[in-house]
Amino acid sequence: MEFLSYLITGISLGSIYAIIALGYTMVYGIAKMLNFAHGDVIMVGGYVAFYATSFASSSLLGEDPSTAATVLATIAAVVLAMIVCTVLGVVIEGLAYRPLRQAGSLAVLITAIGVSYFLQNAAQLLFGANPKNFTPVVSGQLTFFDGQLRITNVALLTVVACIIIMVALTAFTSKGKMGKAMRACSEDRGAAQLMGINVNATISLTFAIGSALAAIAGVLMCSYSPVLKPTTGSMPGIKAFTAAVFGGIGSIPGAFLGGILLGIIESLAQAYISTQLSNAILFAVLIIVLLVKPSGLLGKMAPEKV
Amino acid sequence: MQRIGSAFRRVKKETKVDYATYLGVIIAFIVMSVLQAQGSLSRSVSGMLVPICCYVCMAVSLNLTVGILGELSLGHAGFMSVGAFSGVITAMSLQASVPNELLRMIIALLVGAFFAAVVGFIVGVPVLRLRGDYLAIVTLAFGEIIKDLINCLLVGWDENGLHIALNIDGTKSIDSLGLSENGIEIVKGAQGIAGNSRIATFTMGFVLVMITLIVVLNLIRSRAGRAIMAIRDNRIAAESVGINITKYKLIAFVTSASLAGAAGALFGLNYSSVSAAQFDFNTSILVLVYVVLGGLGKIWGSIVATVVLYVLPEALRQYADYRMLLYAIILILVMLLTNNPTLRSAISTLKEKIGGGEKSEGGAGK
Repeated sequence: MEFLSYLITGISLGSIYAIIALGYTMVYGIAKMLNFAHGDVIMVGGYVAFYATSFASSSLLGEDPSTAATVLATIAAVVLAMIVCTVLGVVIEGLAYRPLRQAGSLAVLITAIGVSYFLQNAAQLLFGANPKNFTPVVSGQLTFFDGQLRITNVALLTVVACIIIMVALTAFTSKGKMGKAMRACSEDRGAAQLMGINVNATISLTFAIGSALAAIAGVLMCSYSPVLKPTTGSMPGIKAFTAAVFGGIGSIPGAFLGGILLGIIESLAQAYISTQLSNAILFAVLIIVLLVKPSGLLGKMAPEKV
Repeated sequence: MQRIGSAFRRVKKETKVDYATYLGVIIAFIVMSVLQAQGSLSRSVSGMLVPICCYVCMAVSLNLTVGILGELSLGHAGFMSVGAFSGVITAMSLQASVPNELLRMIIALLVGAFFAAVVGFIVGVPVLRLRGDYLAIVTLAFGEIIKDLINCLLVGWDENGLHIALNIDGTKSIDSLGLSENGIEIVKGAQGIAGNSRIATFTMGFVLVMITLIVVLNLIRSRAGRAIMAIRDNRIAAESVGINITKYKLIAFVTSASLAGAAGALFGLNYSSVSAAQFDFNTSILVLVYVVLGGLGKIWGSIVATVVLYVLPEALRQYADYRMLLYAIILILVMLLTNNPTLRSAISTLKEKIGGGEKSEGGAGK
């Protein structure tokens, strides 16, 4: 029973990683760049949702708000966070990454690191360095087997959200004109352009989707561990990137699988081996997987042309 | 005189740049030493001298991996950490048996370099098989693993020798090492090292920078260095002319790691307390930024960029709230200016108009 509850914790933690990793993997698949600032977009999403909910509860909702009003306010806050992050993602892409479309991958990576520093420090100036206490979007828990097994509603919501997002993204990229354009861009950007696909618009759309996902991940993550700081996004960002690589970067089911597995490994390692070393174990597993299968679990090995 | 002149002209441009680099470092050292001896340096400036030397070594050695070998490493601080901890542990253990501070420092630096090289080898053998972004993520993972392991490390020293334990389940403390009464507690888990005697000197920093330069520049200009650059430029072509890829990659990687280890050891000896959190992902990124802004493959560029970028945030300290923001903006702007084709051609036409057509050098310049 103990094992089951750790497993469930792992799956819900992994779902958060998976949502972030989906954003990473889409951007990597299409723009062929590591967007290091992705983790910080999560943090921005968390802050927007935090301020929106606290504004709603302090001035819009009365002393004793009805359940419907609270739910509505929460949904509004999440939507607002998604809108802000989407705009932020598109602006970042347009200002910082688009001018470097032809440059080497290292230049883009360093620029992304610069954007990440910028967002963290801007957040510190705007919101202060003191951690904020985030109120979870849903509360309560389900109990099974006479209280031996507890599942929080946040965990359930996270898993459900992750599955919905995964299915929706898979459907979006495999059907429809925009999805087709995305796949074409990730296959061969030059050829896609020759076929009349607007590559810049497609990449912008990818960033928009990735950033909206980051906002959702931010809200869920802060509901899961309710401390919000300017650096909140960086470690989950790195882990989610690891998850994306683990599952095979560029592949949507890969990011999902990688995220879930990473969450389970982290949770079980924390429970049974060592709390201090859980990150080390996680990264060690990653290294071993990459050594055995260098393109990740579900990644395709690109043949090398000479 | 004429003979010297013609001999000078015959020297390759690369060699001239190399000698100019050595000369620049020596002059900088002499100027700073004279200023320090006169007492005209403020406390904050003289406190920055040794860390600057360490970061110069870090940047030059990382440039060997990223600029010369062409593999992105995001875990360079991990080697610095290994060097710092092994070096400081050595120095503290030898406190009684080697009273001479200079000798102790040299031994500590050698031990730091040795352990970092060993770790570099262990990491390098499997990791260098990967390419591009995968290699980057694995070096990142490696840096985090080192940090976590050192956070659990407990080390003490007494008459019976070193006592080492890993605090894996969080139950052990420094007392569980069972040190005798006059033992020294060296590494206390996440708190790191405390009570280290600060024996690092600016002179040693200068010597380390010179050694780093001599090792790296001679490696680059040697047969091995040409092989390494051939691998960077076209791996398949290099392999087809019979260059042993793994061997030369390992040479570059292990050299880079050991120099970072020596720099880390000196860095550790410059502070009374050292903790693993000082050598995290952000430190790796910081050094990478020095390398990239200084110009990939340009050793002197790394030195200049390190000094400027290390001093800049300190100089902006009065605007403490905004300095990191400014730093980020400068970083992004420099990357855009040096890498965007439109902006770059605009700059070079501007340069031609002003400088009367002097050829501008491509790439990220400082």
